[in-house]
Amino acid sequence: MSPSRLRAAYQVCILRAMSIRHGLLALLERGHMYGYQLRAAFEESTGSTWPLNIGQVYTTLARLERDGLVRPLPESEGGQRPYEITDAGRADLALWFATPISRTDRPRDELAIKLALALTTPGVDVRSVVQAQRTATMRTLQELTRLKFASDRPEDLPWRLVLDAMVFQSEAEIRWLDHCETSLVRYRPTPGRPAAGPPVDEAVDRTDQEARR
Amino acid sequence: MSGTAQPVLDVRDVHRTHGAGPAAVRALRGVSLTVAPGELVAVMGPSGSGKSTLLALAGGLDSPTAGEVRVDGECLGVLDRRRLARVRRRRIGYIFQELNLLGSLTAAENVALPLELDGVGVRTARRQALAALAEVELDGLGDRFPDQLSGGQQQRVAIARALVGERRLVLADEPTGALDSRTGEAVLHLLRRRVDAGAAGVLVTHEARHAGWADRVIFLRDGVLVDSTAPLGSVEQLLSGSPR
Repeated sequence: MSPSRLRAAYQVCILRAMSIRHGLLALLERGHMYGYQLRAAFEESTGSTWPLNIGQVYTTLARLERDGLVRPLPESEGGQRPYEITDAGRADLALWFATPISRTDRPRDELAIKLALALTTPGVDVRSVVQAQRTATMRTLQELTRLKFASDRPEDLPWRLVLDAMVFQSEAEIRWLDHCETSLVRYRPTPGRPAAGPPVDEAVDRTDQEARR
Repeated sequence: MSGTAQPVLDVRDVHRTHGAGPAAVRALRGVSLTVAPGELVAVMGPSGSGKSTLLALAGGLDSPTAGEVRVDGECLGVLDRRRLARVRRRRIGYIFQELNLLGSLTAAENVALPLELDGVGVRTARRQALAALAEVELDGLGDRFPDQLSGGQQQRVAIARALVGERRLVLADEPTGALDSRTGEAVLHLLRRRVDAGAAGVLVTHEARHAGWADRVIFLRDGVLVDSTAPLGSVEQLLSGSPR
């Protein structure tokens, strides 16, 4: 993974756990703030690696206001309009913290599907596919570890925890790839069966139909 | 983390076969590896892939059937036993899962032992041993015996013993095996720091998370090097998204 993709992955990781909407609500729970303050606090809380466009801040604030989760306060002498969180906003934030992220909210596991297809597609060296993926994931893990090693200030803790999450995900993927390789050593395709199986969706549909009978 | 300096470890096309005839086991088949000062290389692969054999050859604990191993430019294969033992004592530090600490010696005496065997005076050896113990954050515990230390502290003593003096090559074989994950991470932190200070390191591990501390990871399968990750850029490069 290239560094820019690493950074993108980090952003996705945060996005998965924290939408801008809930990020702003969490910041306003600390006290009222205006747009530029929110942007600075947001960037600080994400290790300055997720630059936020001020336009995104105001668009999100407008939606939060529309939904009754924040309310604008009178303009300051400097012409800045602070916002404060409402009771409904606090309830929404509390609900978000209390609700586990569902596995089904995450994108499909493209890698698992790719390996399943590699196994049933003639002419594909599955061990090479596994090894190429393992090398790439290992490389990502090295990058994450280096970033973690460089972030040892106490205030880096949120960023370190995000890195840890990605380290453990990468580690799990490599363990799964090791497991795939071990299984491949013992794999013997059933004689007479076509090398390429039916498309995954068809197979699932047929299983569903059989289950309904 | 430079790949351009003269390598501390230079393994050239080594083969290692155990036994002979039909029962022969070819543990390594034509593996080459160089490790530069400031570089930590992790070796991964399934059990029986040749990881530990490679480490034993790199450390002069075993000899290749073919090929050669050089440490700081010196070919280990042409040294007699006495000179080979000296290279092992002076230039190479070993960290194993089995700590091999002597229970009748204190922590400082365990660390000083290789220096004293090498003819260093008792006082100098103790001073260097205490400095090595301080490096692994065991200040003040030098006069304790191994059974008076926790598992993590004992592992640190073993690391201090591996790092004492001016060892240029540090070889670690599953060094965190018996430790909890936090203590294990501290061990890797120490290894990383030593390598960043100019040593060359080789880490054999099953754990991808531990291999993540390396600058480069090589993969062995059935005694053959099958793949390797490209060297890493700096933290600044990683964050800025600039090309490596």
